[in-house]
Amino acid sequence: MLKIRWFKGQWLHITFSKVLLYLVMLALVCFTALPLVYLVCTAFKPLDELFVYPPRFFVHHPTTKNFTDLVVSLGSSTVPFTRYFFNSVVVTVIIVVGTVIVSSMGAYSLVKFKPPGGQALFNMILIALMFSAHVTKIPSYMVVNKLHLINTYGALILPNLAVAYNCFLLKQFMEQYPDELIEAARIDGAGEFRIFLQMVMPALKPATATLVVFSFTNNWNDYFSPLIYVTSQAMKTLPLALQTISGGAAGMSVGRAGAVAAATFLMTLPTVVIFTIMQGKVMETMVYSGIKE
Amino acid sequence: MSSSLAKQIKREQLRQLTAGERFTRFWKRNWIGYAFLAPFVILFTIFTVAPVVTAIGLSFTDYNMMQTPHFVGLNNYKLLFLDDEVFTIALSNTVKFAVIVGPVGYLLSFLAAWVINQLQARRAFTLAFYAPSITSGIAMSVVWMVIFSSDRYGYLNNFLLNMGLIDEPILWNTDPNYIMKVVVFIQLWMSMGTGFLVFLAGLQNVPRSYYEAAAIDGVKNKFQELIYVTLPVMKPQLLFGAINSIVGSFGVFEIAVSVAGMPSPNYAAHTIVAHLYDYAFIRFQMGYASAVAVVLFIITFVLGRIVMKLLSSKGE
Repeated sequence: MLKIRWFKGQWLHITFSKVLLYLVMLALVCFTALPLVYLVCTAFKPLDELFVYPPRFFVHHPTTKNFTDLVVSLGSSTVPFTRYFFNSVVVTVIIVVGTVIVSSMGAYSLVKFKPPGGQALFNMILIALMFSAHVTKIPSYMVVNKLHLINTYGALILPNLAVAYNCFLLKQFMEQYPDELIEAARIDGAGEFRIFLQMVMPALKPATATLVVFSFTNNWNDYFSPLIYVTSQAMKTLPLALQTISGGAAGMSVGRAGAVAAATFLMTLPTVVIFTIMQGKVMETMVYSGIKE
Repeated sequence: MSSSLAKQIKREQLRQLTAGERFTRFWKRNWIGYAFLAPFVILFTIFTVAPVVTAIGLSFTDYNMMQTPHFVGLNNYKLLFLDDEVFTIALSNTVKFAVIVGPVGYLLSFLAAWVINQLQARRAFTLAFYAPSITSGIAMSVVWMVIFSSDRYGYLNNFLLNMGLIDEPILWNTDPNYIMKVVVFIQLWMSMGTGFLVFLAGLQNVPRSYYEAAAIDGVKNKFQELIYVTLPVMKPQLLFGAINSIVGSFGVFEIAVSVAGMPSPNYAAHTIVAHLYDYAFIRFQMGYASAVAVVLFIITFVLGRIVMKLLSSKGE
C-alpha cells in the first residue's frame, strides 16, 4: 500500500487492487468510448483519409473543410437550414418536457393513489412495452391520419408523449418514495398537487434526469416520425433533412461524405451536451436520504 | 371479528345507497388519482393502445396493405408453427442470442454502474460508458466494420494474424459459424447504456443511513454491502433493467442485419424481428407479420411476469 499526502492533510490511500480496478475500468471505458472518438475524428478527416484503405481510426491531418462543405450543400437546399434546426428543437423540447410531466403524473397516481383500474393500465403499459413497434407503425399512421395531424407539429409530438417505457421507468422510482412523507404532508394540510410538485418531484431528480436523457436522445435522432407523418419540406426535422442533403439513405455519395461526417458530428453534439448536464442530476444524492422508515 | 363485522356493516350501508350516491362516493375517493392519470391515459389510449390492439386484431387476418383485411382465424399462427421453417430458425437463433446477451448485459451494466459510482472522475467514466448509446447506429456500424472487417486489414484479423493465432483472415460477417458470435458481442457492447444509467440513478436512491446502520450490524466489506443493503433497496430499478434487457435481447434486429445482411447466409443471423420485418415491409403481409409480433410478445410477456415475481418490490 502506498500513502500519498493529499490536500487538507488527508491521506490518499493507493492500494494495488484500487490501481487494478481503475486500469480495468479505464480499458473497458476506452473500448466503449470508441464510437464517440471515431465520430469526432471522422468529422475532421480530409477526403482522402475518409476513403483510405485499410480504414484508419484516427485522423492524421485534421481539417475543417467538411464543415464548410456542409454549409455549401446546405445552401443548395430549398428550405433554410435554420428551419430544420428550429423544427427539431421545438419538437424535441416539447416532447421531453411533456413526457416528463405526463409520465410522472401517471406514474405517481399508479403508485400512490392506486385508483381502481390502475393494475389493468399497468398491464397495458407492459404489453405496449413488449409489442414490436414494427407492426404498430401502420396502425399508428392510420390514427394520426384520422386525427388530421399529418404535416403538423402535433403528428411529431403527440404520439411520443405518453410512452409506456417512460411511465414504467418513473413508476419504478416512485415506489421508493416513502408513503410516510406524503401522509405527513397531508396531515399538515398540503394539497395533493403541492405534495407532488414540491416534495415528490424534487426527490425524483435522478429518475427524471435519466428520462430526459433517454427521451432527448430518442426524439432528437428520431427519423421515423418525420418520415411518415410529414410530407412538406418545411416540417422536416434535422435527421431527415440531413439524410436528404447527403443524398438519400443509400447514397453515401463520395462528394458529400465529408459533409455527412460533419453533419453527424454536429447532430450528436446536443445529445452529448444534454447528457453532460443531466449526468450531474442523475448522480445527485436523494433529498430524503436521511429519513428512516 | 370486530373488523369483519365493521366491514359487513359498511357493505350493508353501501348496498342501501343509490347508484348515484355510490358513484359520488367512488368519485370522491378516487378523483384525484384519475386526475393525475388522465393526461397519460388519454394520449396512451389514442396513440399506443389503439395501434397495438389493431395490430393484434390484424394477426387474425390476411392483410396486404392494399385491400381491406379479411378474417382468417388462426390460420397465420398455424402457418407460422407448422409450415414456416425459417421462423423455427429465427426462433431458435433469437432464444440462443437472448439467453447470452440478456443476463450478461444485465450483470455487466449493473457491475459497471456499481463500480463507476464509487470511482473518482465518475462523470468522465459515465460519459465514456454511455457513449455507444448516444452515438447508436450512426457511428457504431462504421466502428465495428473497421474492427470486424473480413479481410486481413480488419483490426481484429490483423491483430490475430500478427499474433500468429490464425493463418487466414476469419470471415466474421459471412461465415455462419461466426456471425452470431459477432452479433452477440456488438449487441452487448451497444445495449448496456440504458440499464447502466437507470442503475446509476437507482444507486443514489439508497439512503446513506442504511450503510451506516449495516456497518454497525457487522457488514464488513463492499460486497456484503452490495448484497445486504444495495440490492434489496434497488429492486424497482433491477426490475426495470431486467424487463428492459428481456425486451432488448429478444428484439435484436438492426445489428444482426447490419452485420450479416438480410437474409443472412444460411439464415445464421435471422431473428424473430428480422422475420417480422421481412413479412411486414418486404412482402407486405401485415397479418402474418402481426402474428409473429404476437408470438414474440407472448414470449417476452411470460418472461417478464416471471422476472416480476422474482423481483417484486412488495414481497419484502
